[in-house]
Amino acid sequence: MEVGLKMALKGGGGGDHVGGCEKEKMGFEETELRLGLPGGGGEGGEVVRKRGFSETVDLKLNLSSKPENSGIDPNDEKLTGLNKEKNLLLSAIDPAKPPAKAQVVGWPPVRSFRKNMLATASQKSSSDESSGAGEKVAFVKVSMDGAPYLRKVDLRMYTSYHQLSDALAKMFSSFTIGNCGSQGVKDFMNESKLMDLLNGSDYVPTYEDKDGDWMLVGDVPWEMFVESCKRLRIMKGTEAIGLAPKAVEKCKKRS
Amino acid sequence: MMNYFPDEVLEHVFDFITCHKDRNSVSLVCKSWHRIERYSRRRVFIGNCYSISPERLIARFPGVKSLTLKGKPHFADFNLVPYDWGGFVYPWIKVLAETGIGLEELRLKRMVVSDESLELLSKSFVNFQSLVLVSCDGFSADGLAAIAANCRFLRELDLQENEVDDHRGHWLSCFPESCTSLVSLNFACLKGEVNLGALERLVSRSPNLKSLRLNRSVPLDTLQKLLMRAPQLVDLGIGSYVHDPLSEASNKLKHAIQRCKSIMSLSGFLEVAPRCMSAIYPICGNLTTLNLSYAPGIHGNKLTKLIQHCRKLQRLWILDCIGDKGLGVVASTCKELQELRVFPSDPFGAGNDAVTEEGLVLVSAGCPKLNSLLYFCQQMTNAALITVAKNCPNFIRFRLCILDPVRPDPVTNQPLDEGFGAIVQSCKQLKRLSLSGLLTDQVFLYIGMYAEQLEMLSIAFAADSDKGMLYVLNGCKKLRKLEIRDCPFGNAALLEDVGKYETMRSLWMSSCEVTLGGCKTVAENMPSLNVEIINESGQTVFNLDEGQKVDKMYLYRTLVGHRKDAPESNQTYLKCRGDLTRSDHHEPSLNDMIKDMKLKNISGDDDFIISESNNFKLQSQLFEKEEAEIMILKWKRL
Repeated sequence: MEVGLKMALKGGGGGDHVGGCEKEKMGFEETELRLGLPGGGGEGGEVVRKRGFSETVDLKLNLSSKPENSGIDPNDEKLTGLNKEKNLLLSAIDPAKPPAKAQVVGWPPVRSFRKNMLATASQKSSSDESSGAGEKVAFVKVSMDGAPYLRKVDLRMYTSYHQLSDALAKMFSSFTIGNCGSQGVKDFMNESKLMDLLNGSDYVPTYEDKDGDWMLVGDVPWEMFVESCKRLRIMKGTEAIGLAPKAVEKCKKRS
Repeated sequence: MMNYFPDEVLEHVFDFITCHKDRNSVSLVCKSWHRIERYSRRRVFIGNCYSISPERLIARFPGVKSLTLKGKPHFADFNLVPYDWGGFVYPWIKVLAETGIGLEELRLKRMVVSDESLELLSKSFVNFQSLVLVSCDGFSADGLAAIAANCRFLRELDLQENEVDDHRGHWLSCFPESCTSLVSLNFACLKGEVNLGALERLVSRSPNLKSLRLNRSVPLDTLQKLLMRAPQLVDLGIGSYVHDPLSEASNKLKHAIQRCKSIMSLSGFLEVAPRCMSAIYPICGNLTTLNLSYAPGIHGNKLTKLIQHCRKLQRLWILDCIGDKGLGVVASTCKELQELRVFPSDPFGAGNDAVTEEGLVLVSAGCPKLNSLLYFCQQMTNAALITVAKNCPNFIRFRLCILDPVRPDPVTNQPLDEGFGAIVQSCKQLKRLSLSGLLTDQVFLYIGMYAEQLEMLSIAFAADSDKGMLYVLNGCKKLRKLEIRDCPFGNAALLEDVGKYETMRSLWMSSCEVTLGGCKTVAENMPSLNVEIINESGQTVFNLDEGQKVDKMYLYRTLVGHRKDAPESNQTYLKCRGDLTRSDHHEPSLNDMIKDMKLKNISGDDDFIISESNNFKLQSQLFEKEEAEIMILKWKRL
């Protein structure tokens, strides 16, 4: 799950799992869990709220954009006798400005399926409307057998397999040094040697496509590759035996 | 008189009675009718899959051919129910298969459907014809492949808004060449690619195909080919609709669409370039149903222009980017409109484009036949609701969702009690109501007083005290489903009349004031109810103090006790105090019994559970009164 934009407030069962990425792409601000007085006075405290509602939304008028506010203790004494406060505050509201929206689990009551569809649809339509140069990013995970951790690359940064290959080589150079023994540092400086390493029999670049199949990198045109690549794996040569023929077979079956 | 007809005649008469409610009523008239109805019943509706077991279903209706099952509570749609809560269809299919039932149709809503269940389904019922899945999850394209491959006489495969893991598109290729019986195919909710060649061939060999809804991956040229092969379509869901209006492809499409003179329902446009909409103008004049709620790409002028061509529209689903002005166009164009749904184009609630009360007032003025509404809006006023109530007294469903859930009337700063009060007072046929905005106990007083036909009520962030809930429980005699979130209703309201819940399908209360002790009291006094508690805070229910509030409570009537598939975090109680078989100390009079029956709404329910209840045994007596013979039923408690 992408980091950074968790909208869930209370622990909330199943929360709003659509959160994260889609909201980011829709240009949503960081969660501002404010509800109530428009103009957003930071002086805190009283807000328009109902009992129960306040248990799901942190109503501290924080202007900072911390995504996670501590939930209100549901047994908080302050919540009782709210009606009076509410009536007072109602008269204080400036009806011309609508209150800032707060995010509540399960509100508005729209099926998750619909939320997801609309989120995807707006991504697509905004990228259609733009000049077609593909403004969206295409970050995919890259794993290399034997490496202790994975990396991520934005495929849209490159326009050819060659460029991607270079980038990957640089990224994973630190891991291949060990294999090169004493020649290590020299080889790192020698780009072509690295390329050979990556292109040679030791490692085979493969990718997972939209159908979930593992394919050999390089068969299809670059643009098609970018569209369908979900993640990259740089396999050890020994494991990749038989991969290429299988990939071809699958293509034949599908057409 | 009726007593002297042979069974076959009665059975023939009953064939004409198709509505669930009526069949349930028929079955309660007397023993012989009960028996005849039982054996001749083909379609059964079960509103809560945990209210009865498949074994008992079959024991009662051995001839069942069509089964409708609903699983998770409605609020599961909004992520309020844990994913592992339940609602599994597999046990049903297994039992039906084992007892040799000739199942032909299965309709599921909010249930967990595994690939194994689909496979078992496809292999167990030779004459299986129709599968409809709405808001279900748990299956992948492999399950669909099994259905396609094995159901030789499949007529309908209708997938609506399901979460399907479908990264493999080969399931369409699994329809054998011999399958020519398809009438309805809807895979709009699938995200993955499908084998286009297989799709074309399938459509070509399905002369009875009337309804076809494609997903996003089906490109324009395929659409054009499909339309050429299926000009008899009545219902079309377009997947991808992106083309250059000046191109040859666009011309071909126009020509293909024009041949489809029978299309009355149009939906989809999951990917759309709005300048291409003119190609479908030729068929707009015939449309009675239009669903653009997944097409945020169509808005502004293009949208209103499109709608201006749709004069016969009865059902319209759109996004709020239509705006109040756009709704004005709807009001002046769609005089036959009965159902309107306006969804938020930004479902995360920012509501920048949202509609307001103005749009709704315009539609109510222009569309007098309006009877069903789902309206997500920025704001609402009492004045507007009062006007709407006056203009449209025929509402059966009225669901209003103000994006800010506690927003008062922005003009007067008052709660929306009076507005909703006007709605329930004016709309005497109202069966379903969803409230939002700032609301006090007053609105519930109105609902209890006026909403006599109300069957389902959804409440969120409303009321001041237990009184609100009590007004509803006491007043709404036909209430079947009550779902409440974030309201100050506690044990006093919950426990006032626990017998009432036996007349209802279910009650949901989350983030209210109800405590564990309150829930336990219900469970201990009502063996016919399951009381389930879902606690999010990580504490198991056993660790809860009786005085502690429960996060979520879901209670429902059942004839089969607590379910065995509940996840551990979710506890159901069935501890009953004393004897299950309480006996009455006196025989109630006939009038009392009939009155009691009316109060318990026994004959008005589409759910056959009430009539199946163990607590009653039927006795029928025939009285003669003047020239007429009257059959009276006499109830006797076990």
